[in-house]
Amino acid sequence: MGLFILRRLGVMLLTALCLTFIVFFLTNLYPNLEKLAKTQGNFRMTDEAVASWLDDRGYIDNTFVKYGRWLGVVPGWVTEKDDGIVTGQCFAENAPVEERATFCGVLQGDWGFSLVFKDEVSNIVATRLAATGKLMGFVLLVMVPMSLIVGVLAGMREGSGLDRSLSTFSIATTATPEYVSGVIFIAIFASSAFGLKWFKGSATQAIENATFENFTLPVLTIALYGMGYIARMTRASMTEVMTAQYIRTARLKGVSFGNIVLKHALRNALIAPFTVIMLQIPWLLNGVVIVETLFNYKGFGWLLVQAAGNNDIELLLAVSVVSVVVVLITQLISDIGYVFLNPRIRIS
Amino acid sequence: MDALTWTGPLGQFLDPALYVLSAVFLVAVLVQIVMSVATGGSRIVTNPDGTLSSAGGAYDLSATATRWTGFALLLVILAYIALGVFGGPATTGIIGGMSQQLIPVWIALIVTFALSITFKRKLGLYGKLFDSTVGMIGFALVMFWVYAGAMAGLFDWITTHDSLSQVSGMKNKVPGTPMRGAEDGEYAWYLLGGDNLARDVFSRLFKGAWIVVQIAPLATLFAFMVGITLGLPAGYYGGRLDAFLSFLANLILAFPVILLFYLLVTPEIVATGIPNYMATVLFVFPLIFVGVLLNSRYYTQPSFRTPLLIIVLGIMGWIYLSLISDGGTKVAVLPEFLDLFDIDPGILVVFVSVVFVNAPTVFRIVRGLALDIKTRDYVAAAQTRGEGPWYIMLWEILPNARGPLIVDFCLRIGYTTILLGTLGFFGLGLQSESPDWGTTINAGRRLLSVYPHAAIAPALSLLTLVLGLNLLADGLREESLKD
Repeated sequence: MGLFILRRLGVMLLTALCLTFIVFFLTNLYPNLEKLAKTQGNFRMTDEAVASWLDDRGYIDNTFVKYGRWLGVVPGWVTEKDDGIVTGQCFAENAPVEERATFCGVLQGDWGFSLVFKDEVSNIVATRLAATGKLMGFVLLVMVPMSLIVGVLAGMREGSGLDRSLSTFSIATTATPEYVSGVIFIAIFASSAFGLKWFKGSATQAIENATFENFTLPVLTIALYGMGYIARMTRASMTEVMTAQYIRTARLKGVSFGNIVLKHALRNALIAPFTVIMLQIPWLLNGVVIVETLFNYKGFGWLLVQAAGNNDIELLLAVSVVSVVVVLITQLISDIGYVFLNPRIRIS
Repeated sequence: MDALTWTGPLGQFLDPALYVLSAVFLVAVLVQIVMSVATGGSRIVTNPDGTLSSAGGAYDLSATATRWTGFALLLVILAYIALGVFGGPATTGIIGGMSQQLIPVWIALIVTFALSITFKRKLGLYGKLFDSTVGMIGFALVMFWVYAGAMAGLFDWITTHDSLSQVSGMKNKVPGTPMRGAEDGEYAWYLLGGDNLARDVFSRLFKGAWIVVQIAPLATLFAFMVGITLGLPAGYYGGRLDAFLSFLANLILAFPVILLFYLLVTPEIVATGIPNYMATVLFVFPLIFVGVLLNSRYYTQPSFRTPLLIIVLGIMGWIYLSLISDGGTKVAVLPEFLDLFDIDPGILVVFVSVVFVNAPTVFRIVRGLALDIKTRDYVAAAQTRGEGPWYIMLWEILPNARGPLIVDFCLRIGYTTILLGTLGFFGLGLQSESPDWGTTINAGRRLLSVYPHAAIAPALSLLTLVLGLNLLADGLREESLKD
C-alpha cells in the first residue's frame, strides 16, 4: 500500500511538472510576450523597444531556463543597465548587494506578481480559492445526498415507474450543461419577463454575505449537472447489488424490504459512487468557471478566465498548478478510498 | 399586422385542455410513484390451476391513468402542430407559424420513421432501435435537428429572414412582434423575437443548428479515429507503449478543459500556428487508420491491395492536404490551384481543440475494451492462424467492440455539442456574429434579466439535441444488451 501511494505520488509530480511546463510554454510564446510588453509598457512601442523591454526582464531567454527560474532551481535574472542601476527578479531595484536573493521561484514559496491585479499571486489565489471553496462546499452538500437518494430509489426496484421517472430525470440533468440551466433558471426565477423574482441573477454579493436569495441559483446550477451522472452510477451499482445472492437469502428469510435496502444493500451499493463522486470534483471545476462567469461570482473560476483572457503569465501558472493538483489529489483519494472501502480488496 | 400570441386564436380552446391535462398527468405520475413504493408494484399471482395472472389493484389503476392522460396530452400537443401546419400563424399563433415553417422537417421525419418501422427487422441494430420507446424519442429529437439544420443551412428553407441582416425597430422585441414595414414577400413577423442587434432569433436558431450539426459529429469521428488508432495497440501490446500513451492521455485529461481552450484559441497562439500544426498531426490519423485497415486485410493479394491503397490514400491525402493547408496560415504546403477548399480558420481551431480534448477519453475506452477482448478464444485462434497483430486488432477486436463504441459515440456527440457551446459561451474561436448556439447564448446573457428570449431559444435547442442524443444512446445500449 505504501509503495502504491509513493508510486502514485511520483506520477503525480511528473504530471504536474509536464502540465505546468506546457502552460508555461504556451503563455511564453513570442506573440504573447509582445502583447504583454505593449500592455505593460506602451502600445506604440517599436519592435526594438519591445525586444529590449523583454530582454531587460529576462523574457527572451531559453524557455527551459525561464521555467527553471519560475520553479526556483535556476538563479533569477539580473540586469545591469548602462547607468549602473541593477534590477533583478528576486530583489527590489535599490536593494543592497547582500540582501539580494539568488533564487525566487515556487520552491521558495514565491509565486510571482500578477500584472493585471497588481498584487502577489499567492494572495489573490488564496482569497479567490476560499470563495470558490464556499461555493463548492454548498454544491457538494446539495449534490451528493440528492444524487445518492435518487440513485438508490431508482435502483432498488429496477424497471418500476419510480425507476423510469428518476432515470429520465437524471438523463435530462446530464443533458443540461451549466450555461443552459443557468440561463433558464435566471430567466424563470430572476427576470422580469416571467415575473417570478424569487432569486437574484447575480451572486456578486454572495462572497461576503451568502444568502438564500443570491446563492441558490449558482449552487443549484452546478449541482444539477453533476447530479445526473452520480445518480446513474449509483443506480447501476444498486441494481447490481439488489440481484446478489445474499439479498435473495435475506428476502427468503423474511426480512422486510426496507430493512433489506437500508441494512444489507446500501453499504455495498455506495462503494462505487464514492469513486465517481471523487472523480466528479475536477469536472465541477469546469462548471465553476462557467457559473462564476454567468453569475459574476468572483472566485477561482472567474480568476481563471481573467488570467487566461489577459495572459497574466504568473497568475495563470498558479491557477493551473492549483487545478492540476486538485485533479490529481482527487484521483489519488478515489483510488485509495476504493481499496479501503471494498473489503474484498482490503483483506486480500 | 397584430402581434402574435403564443397559441393564437385557437389557443383559447386548446390552452385550457392543455393546462387541465398537464395537471392531471402530473398528479397521475406522482400517484403512480407513491403507489409503486407503497404497494410494491403489480404482483404476479399463481392461480391454483397453474396459470399466472396479474393481481393489479391500485398500482395498475394508477399506471393506466398515467398512460391515458399521457396519450391525451400528446394528442393536444400534436393538435397545435397539425393545425399550425395547415393554418399557420392565423390558427395557433407563434407555435403555428413555427410548425408551418418546419413542414419539410415534419415530412422528412414522417418518411424516415415510416420506412424504418416498416423494414425494422432487416436493419440490424438500427432497426432494433424502433423497439424501444426511449430510443425512438431520442432518435426523433436528433433527426429533427439534423433535418432542420441541413434544410436551413443547405437550402434556406426554414428560416424566415436573413440571419445577419438587422431590421430597424426590431431590437429586443418579444416573440411574435410584427415586422415594421414588411414588404410583400417578406415574412411578416419575428416569430421568436429580435436579439440585441435586431436580428431574427428564429432564423439564427436554425442557421446555428447547421453549424452544430456539422461540427459535432465530425469532430467526434476524428476523436474516435485518433482514440482507436492509438488505443488498440496500447491495449493489445501493453507494456512500455501502453504506459507511455496512458500517461499522455492522463496528462491531457488532467488539464482543465476551459484553460486548454483559452490557451489554444486566443489570437496570439493562433498567430504562432500551433493549432495548425496540431491539425496536421490529428487529421493524419484517419489516413493511418484506413491505410492500416485495408493493408492488413489485403496484403496477401498485392495485385489488388496496391491499386486500392493508391486510390483510397490518394483521395484521402488530397482532402487531408487541402484541409490543413490554408493560404494565410503557417501550414501552406499545397499550391493554391490544388487546394480544394479552405476552412474558416476560426472553425478549424475550434475543431482541433474539441478533437484534442475528446481523443484521450476515447483512447481509454478503446484500450479497456482491447484489454478485455484480447483474452478471448477467437483472438487466440487468429494468433494461431498466424494473422498479423494489426489484422487481429482491426478485424477481430474492433468489430467485437462495436456495441459499446457506438453507444459512446452517441453520448460523445452530445458532449462535443456541450463543449462547442462552452467555447461559444466564452466567446472563443468562432466570430461574434456566428449564429451557433453557444455564441448566441453568450450574446443573449447580458440582457438576460430583461429580455430572456434571445438566450432561451438556443439554450432550449441545445438541451433538446443533447437530450435526444443521450436518450438515443440509452435506447441503443438497452437494445444491444438484449441479444
